[in-house]
Amino acid sequence: MSKLDSKIPEGNLEQKWDKYKSSVALVNPANKRSLEIIVVGSGLAGASAASSLAEMGYKVKVFCFQDSPRRAHSIAAQGGINAAKNYQNDGDSTYRLFYDTIKGGDYRAREANVYRLASVSANIIDQCVAMGVPLAREYGGMLSNRSFGGTQVQRTFYAAGQTGQQLLLGAYSGLERQVGLGTVEMCSRHEMLDVVTIEGKARGIIARDLVTGKLERHFGHAVLLCTGGYGNVFYLSTNAMGCNVTAAWKATKKGAFFGNPCYTQIHPTCIPVSGDHQSKLTLMSESLRNDGRIWVPKKAGDTRKANEIPEEERDYYLERRYPAFGNLVPRDVASRAAKERCDAGFGVGSSKMAVYLDYKAAIDRYGKTQAKKLNVTNPTAAQLREFGKQVVEEKYGNLFEMYKQITGEDPYELPMRIYPAVHYTMGGLWVDYNLMTTVPGLYCLGEANFSDHGANRLGASALMQGLADGFFVIPYTIGAYLSKEISVKPISTDHEAFVAAEKSVQSIIDKLFAIKGTKSVDHFHKRLGKIMWDKCGMARNEKGLKEAIVEIRQLREEFWKDVRVLGTANELNSELEKAGRVADFLELGELMCIDALNRTESCGGHFREESQTDEGEALRKDDEFAYVAAWENKGDYTYELHKEELKFESIKIAARSYK
Amino acid sequence: MSQGNMNLTLKVWRQKNEKDTGKIVDYKVSDISPDMSFLEMFDVLNEQLISKGEESIAFDHDCREGICGMCSMFINGQPHGPNKGVTTCQLHMRSFKDGDTIVVEPWRAAAFPVIKDLTVDRSAFDRIISKGGFISVNTGNAQDANNIPIPKTDADAAFSAAACIGCGACVATCKNSSAMLFVAAKISQFALLPQGQVEGIARAKNMVAQMDAEGFGNCTNTGACEVECPKGISLENIARMNREFFMANIME
Ligand SMILES: Cc1cc2nc3c(=O)[nH]c(=O)nc-3n(C[C@H](O)[C@H](O)[C@H](O)COP(=O)(O)OP(=O)(O)OC[C@H]3O[C@@H](n4cnc5c(N)ncnc54)[C@H](O)[C@@H]3O)c2cc1C
Ligand code: SF4
Ligand code: FES
Repeated sequence: MSKLDSKIPEGNLEQKWDKYKSSVALVNPANKRSLEIIVVGSGLAGASAASSLAEMGYKVKVFCFQDSPRRAHSIAAQGGINAAKNYQNDGDSTYRLFYDTIKGGDYRAREANVYRLASVSANIIDQCVAMGVPLAREYGGMLSNRSFGGTQVQRTFYAAGQTGQQLLLGAYSGLERQVGLGTVEMCSRHEMLDVVTIEGKARGIIARDLVTGKLERHFGHAVLLCTGGYGNVFYLSTNAMGCNVTAAWKATKKGAFFGNPCYTQIHPTCIPVSGDHQSKLTLMSESLRNDGRIWVPKKAGDTRKANEIPEEERDYYLERRYPAFGNLVPRDVASRAAKERCDAGFGVGSSKMAVYLDYKAAIDRYGKTQAKKLNVTNPTAAQLREFGKQVVEEKYGNLFEMYKQITGEDPYELPMRIYPAVHYTMGGLWVDYNLMTTVPGLYCLGEANFSDHGANRLGASALMQGLADGFFVIPYTIGAYLSKEISVKPISTDHEAFVAAEKSVQSIIDKLFAIKGTKSVDHFHKRLGKIMWDKCGMARNEKGLKEAIVEIRQLREEFWKDVRVLGTANELNSELEKAGRVADFLELGELMCIDALNRTESCGGHFREESQTDEGEALRKDDEFAYVAAWENKGDYTYELHKEELKFESIKIAARSYK
Repeated sequence: MSQGNMNLTLKVWRQKNEKDTGKIVDYKVSDISPDMSFLEMFDVLNEQLISKGEESIAFDHDCREGICGMCSMFINGQPHGPNKGVTTCQLHMRSFKDGDTIVVEPWRAAAFPVIKDLTVDRSAFDRIISKGGFISVNTGNAQDANNIPIPKTDADAAFSAAACIGCGACVATCKNSSAMLFVAAKISQFALLPQGQVEGIARAKNMVAQMDAEGFGNCTNTGACEVECPKGISLENIARMNREFFMANIME
């Protein structure tokens, strides 16, 4: 029945990818030169794909909406990147990384994809180091690792709290090298506004030059969307201001299915909201949970300052509820536990919507070991504190600095206040094993696809996925398609399909200006965000989701009647850019609620209040819901569900326990 | 929730496009909370303009957490404003007082033409990188990452140089509009790593040539760049680059 063919190769899990690589069709070098590939997005996924494909000989064109490809939102990732190197000799292996990722994703990801991801993870680190990415080292000169939530081995590579920055700048340098060699044409300050399909195949895009406002038509034998996540549908999130769903959403209108839209990740350690003016939320890397202890007062409504609350009156609720993983439980579990405490009246800070993340114990502990390392006998308490602070500063200095900047408080002296915030979207365009969407020739890589993280992503695995997709997967899988396209000559952008696509983009722009309403784009975006956070956020229920769907529809109607977009289309116009993005969020938001309503189980980041155990833990329903929900956009805001059954052959599907 | 309590006068550069001459326009904002970031204060101003039917002020920004390097305002004569070690998006209104007048202009440099209002074109930086800011290693060519041990001090120093966010504050603050700090940071990062040393000489030559071609000025060692750099990129990098470049010329 299903229109979905995941194209998972036959054979043992361990051998699928190797076999695939040695049997997939290749494109010979001469033919590569005449094949053009469009890459939308210059984050880890886009930049690594573009440079790798250009190195292979394809003609590549890259688009990003920022002023430089180096500013893609991957730059903001802090904590680290996983790889099954087993440098720590602590029992890590490809299988274990695969297992942790499947379990972390609450058994809602595709085994074959995840295994491939785990098996190329080690190559990513090799590649990045060769490119000059300065990952953290030990004194012996070897690479350093830290631990991250949801795992019991140390497999996370990092560069202080700026891992994403360093990896992206590495990928960017590879991309710029190809630009310099003339194999990649880089189009910065360009926003893709439509996919062009001809006879059912993706053949190009319509992009707007954000400086001149001109609409441009670009042809490609294949189009890769590497456009990142859609967390900004919530208005407030840890994403950059420009992150959006537009590219992926326009693709749904050309036949690409959207997978698991309701799976959003709410990150447990963010700086709490401070007021209505707030435009974004700032993440404090999860790596802080390695050394920090999370607690709230044992007494509800306690108004004492953190330092005045004695040890025995503190509730280290994660350590209490989950002794095996303690503060390192996966994100969804940690986030819900914080919400539970705050809802029950134990929250701290002026809003009471926060919990403490405390570094005192770590500073003490590190102080002692450092004193020993430095051979300081009988150190004073002040010396110990100083030593401890130095170690903490070395590991997390920039995060502490950021906290201080934003809150005006010194986290070395006072525990930080944290609260969960929207952070990552596991859902995205449905892709098969080749990373191809349901539109032939249209691929989707990185956070924009749905593929590897199931219902919950483990920390440090998005960077891994982005680079795996771009460096090591697409260079092979694209051959399966392009080897059959070698006889296709570049299609003129005067083709009627290009003309029609440009016209439809133009008509949306004209419509937005014609409304001449009374309210700003941000006004609508904030209201949408509130609906999503309240009713499709950390906990969801049938009543709330049904209300949300009605409210979003009303808001969308109001938007199209009353939004105010000033200025003109043929200039730099950030209000116009935002309006287009919010218009798409207003459609996506509804689909997220529809998906969340359909999934009456709890799994990973999707917690349905109707489906929980007596102890309040998420209750999955494997008999009914072990599938990927892929939604077909049928137009007029209607969607049809297609199911891809998930078969677990190598892993025994089990209740997820971190106790 | 904190309450807004500051009233400010803003003098903001408005320029329709690259060709327009541009001018300073005065605006008043009220009820600004000390917890707001500088850009959130601009959001308030823009909302105010839109509700009056006036076009909002164009400014670059994205991550709003000091890492993407996109924000770029010249505030009271200083790039990224009065505080040390922060970008405009990390500058909070608690650094200002009720009643203050704040002048906000775009980066000014021949190599960074104004696109609109406070938005400038910094693509010259990308072109410099494309001439040598990389190690020429194709995907799949790498050996095991631990095969090349790198002394921690070198790795740390390379990391400090690599922390540059490409914002251009160094250029904006320099009376010569020199891009030396930006270029030196990249050259240093690779000069400190064994993988990077292979192409060291060609890299220095090509990047410096492109820097000159873009119209950035000469470095006269005023040190202003280091003071204003939000990421603490140090002048030592320029010394290191000069050594690399010196070598490049000797090898000529
Ligand atoms: C604050 C933060 C911290 C994180 N920390 C970690 C971490 O420690 N470890 C980890 O593994 N993951 C982390 N993540 C997640 C991870 O950073 C992202 O999932 C990942 O970097 C996404 O990469 P990407 O290449 O898919 O997309 P992005 O890096 O978001 O790039 C998207 C690109 O698409 C372009 N684009 C988008 N739409 C359009 C359009 N319509 N037209 C043209 N161009 C377009 C953008 O310009 C950009 O170049 C973090 C995320 C955040 C927000
Ligand atoms: S050197 Fe400093 S000021 Fe110059 S671009 Fe880099 S981060 Fe910005
Ligand atoms: S907006 Fe990214 S550094 Fe300021």
